[in-house]
Amino acid sequence: MRAPHPALALLVALVWGTGARAAETRPPPGASACTGCHAEGSAMGVLAGRSADEIAGALDAFRSGARPATLMNRIAKGFDAQESRAIAAWFAAQAPR
Amino acid sequence: MPRGSSAPTRRALIGGAAAAALARPAIGGTPPRVVVVGAGFGGATAARCLAAGGIDVTLVEASERYIACTGSNAVVAGLRGIEAQTFGYEALGRTGLRLVRATASAVDPAARRVTLGDGTALAYDRLILSPGIELRFDAVPGYDARAAEAMPHAWKAGAQTVLLARQLAAIPEGGTVVLSAPANPYRCPPGPYERASLIAHFLKTRKPRAKLILLDAKDTFSKQKLFETAWAKLYPDVLEYVPLAAGGQVSEVDPAAMVVRTDFAEVKADVACIIPPQRAGAIAAQAGCADRSGWCPIDPATFESRLVPGIHVIGDAAIAGAMPKSAFSANAQAKVCAQAVIDLLAGREPEDPRLINTCWSLVAPGYGISIAGVFRPHDGLLADVPGAGGVSPLDAPDAVRAQEAAYGESWYRTITRDVFG
Repeated sequence: MRAPHPALALLVALVWGTGARAAETRPPPGASACTGCHAEGSAMGVLAGRSADEIAGALDAFRSGARPATLMNRIAKGFDAQESRAIAAWFAAQAPR
Repeated sequence: MPRGSSAPTRRALIGGAAAAALARPAIGGTPPRVVVVGAGFGGATAARCLAAGGIDVTLVEASERYIACTGSNAVVAGLRGIEAQTFGYEALGRTGLRLVRATASAVDPAARRVTLGDGTALAYDRLILSPGIELRFDAVPGYDARAAEAMPHAWKAGAQTVLLARQLAAIPEGGTVVLSAPANPYRCPPGPYERASLIAHFLKTRKPRAKLILLDAKDTFSKQKLFETAWAKLYPDVLEYVPLAAGGQVSEVDPAAMVVRTDFAEVKADVACIIPPQRAGAIAAQAGCADRSGWCPIDPATFESRLVPGIHVIGDAAIAGAMPKSAFSANAQAKVCAQAVIDLLAGREPEDPRLINTCWSLVAPGYGISIAGVFRPHDGLLADVPGAGGVSPLDAPDAVRAQEAAYGESWYRTITRDVFG
């Protein structure tokens, strides 16, 4: 399994500062709900620290049906390719510890 | 951990993945004060997200420990102990928030102040209410708080859950269980049907001559085809479903005689689980946030009350459009609400959010089904994103059912750790 969770200290360093900077580091729409399932120790696996290509590719494959799923196929259809890339980039930017 | 420390505990990190993701506002001087009332899935999540965002947050909760409703149907059916549903607040206390063990007895929106049971007043810049539900003991004739000791609702987990489990375990051979489901809206739409499934499993495996009658105050329900298909396969001789159209609405109960009445029948029960209609937790109405429905209309982007500025309502108490009243919804709403509150306090425009709900139901051990949804603000409510969401396939093989059961169990461990550390 991948290293489990984002380094909070790093994130705090990233988001500390001006309002504009803080606004830039807000999670993109939908991203904050993902950790309801994807966290350390879960069968669904951790997203933080995975590559953006891997996450976005998985979402695309779930959406198209190319990748079998029990549930993620239904969720991925709520996000288009651009939105998926934003979510993927955001999780990728969280360094696993 | 002191507020603002950059040396979080490991447990705080584990639970705070989303919290850590929230941005700290740039505010000079004293940090803004947010009070959160209720430390369930919604309130606890919101409070730790706000704390991670640098907000001075006070979380008000009367109970010493949280006992989760989600998963508690397995306790009713003897598949797990109540301790598996029970969570302490120790880890929350290490996230920098201030945890106050008290009842919030009144809110003064004009003065922006919450009064606690002991008379203490807490000033706030923004207030988040996550009070969960109140059972409506005025809704079913004969069914009040006292009746619930004979006919448990078990819809707030804890003593009621244990009581129902004990009653079920003691049911005589050939006995009758009556379970009633309310009309919409109520906490956990598929919950009564999962409960029916697991009670049927208990009877089938432990008391094979006993029966379950499920009385429903409506004709359609969440995951209906999946449940009914499973019931026909697994519990054809155990579970009798009576929808509204067939007289399923409970018109009266007599707890002394253990009788449940409908307009068409009178049923003598050995065990009766009456799930009555519900409304938002009392403090929401006291604060003026509940409308005539008993629930709280909110702005779908910020969860700010439509009725009282400066107060946000999340979780079961909120009218969240297409988004169901579930633990996952409360958790997802809390994260969006916390970010919106941080943005509002910092003078930033909150983003248009996207929320997700997933919900697994256990029909039998190793047999899970699910529903999922993706939601966004539309016409002032949260609406389904077209084309997304839906339920498990009706024709899924047993291996998929088993996988969904395992995912449901994994989700329970994950979400409770995300919320309670």
